[in-house]
Amino acid sequence: MNNPFSLWVYLSTTPLLWLTVTLLAWIGADLIALRAGRHPLANPVLIAIIAVALILVLTGTPYRTYFEGAQFVHFMLGPATVAIAIPLVRHRRAIADNLVPLMAALVVGALAAVVSAILLAKLFGLPKEVLLSVAPKSVTAGVAMGISEKIGGLPALTAVVVVTTGIFGAVVVTPLMNMLRITDYAARGFAAGLAAHGIGTARAFNVHPLAGTFAGIALGLNAVVTAFIVPPVVAWLG
Amino acid sequence: MLRALALLLACQLAGEALSHQFGLPVPGPVVGLVLLALGLGLYARSRPGFEDWPVAKLSDLLLGSLGLLFVPAGAGVVQQFGILGDNGLALVALIILTTIITLLATVGTFLGVKRLMERGRT
Repeated sequence: MNNPFSLWVYLSTTPLLWLTVTLLAWIGADLIALRAGRHPLANPVLIAIIAVALILVLTGTPYRTYFEGAQFVHFMLGPATVAIAIPLVRHRRAIADNLVPLMAALVVGALAAVVSAILLAKLFGLPKEVLLSVAPKSVTAGVAMGISEKIGGLPALTAVVVVTTGIFGAVVVTPLMNMLRITDYAARGFAAGLAAHGIGTARAFNVHPLAGTFAGIALGLNAVVTAFIVPPVVAWLG
Repeated sequence: MLRALALLLACQLAGEALSHQFGLPVPGPVVGLVLLALGLGLYARSRPGFEDWPVAKLSDLLLGSLGLLFVPAGAGVVQQFGILGDNGLALVALIILTTIITLLATVGTFLGVKRLMERGRT
């Protein structure tokens, strides 16, 4: 029998190990979130990322080695973005019924996200490449990384900022809306999906099905709108 | 299921091709989303049973575990400690402020316009 260390050396460079670790971390994190009664603070994405990051740091595994396995999961962000077409088609009546408030909130919300990110980045004196990386931060990771790359940001930094935004939005949306006594779940969900993309949408589905539906609508529409508005707004303010 | 996956990938591929060829500012998957939504929207008009289509089921599966798909990108935090060390506090403050501003602007506009329209109707 080989010694266990050489087995680790062998396995730790295989994509299989890191793909399995990613899936198991997610399943474990989702179970913890479920046990915690879907409390806003027990966000499964946050728990899974902390678990994976800890394993990488403790085992001294380079991110590049990890990503060789995890890329199969990451790749699915593209098809998952295309798949947002289905909730849009499914809820075309709900969209048509709320078309005017929805479009107004979409344009105002998307502009608020991009403009506030750029202005605060300038106010805090962040470097240009960081400013370009945070501009598309409210849209889903695959799209935000694509926009960031097109305008000269750092896609890897964008990914971290996007995920952090999603987690913070998912944690804060329920207490914030309750504090403001907003009970319209279509409006609450729409805000969650627009500000906090897929992670906010997952949270909205945990709270109320109608909120989840409108979060999905916002996530899909915002991915399109933000992709169009970031380049001109950056040229104007950046 | 396999055909549904092929449909999603084909839409993404067509989107990438269009985005690249015409130098669109919009990433390929978003163009693919628009293509699929337009196509399905037109197709679903004349046919019932949209919910039973494999592409609807595959979409539910993907979007139901959407959180998982963010884990590899999020774990990239381990290689960003340098840039985060220099700008970390400012980035955290920026994320907190912009997210709250965006949530409030969106929900406020949605409810405000909805109320204006309801008042207009009565």
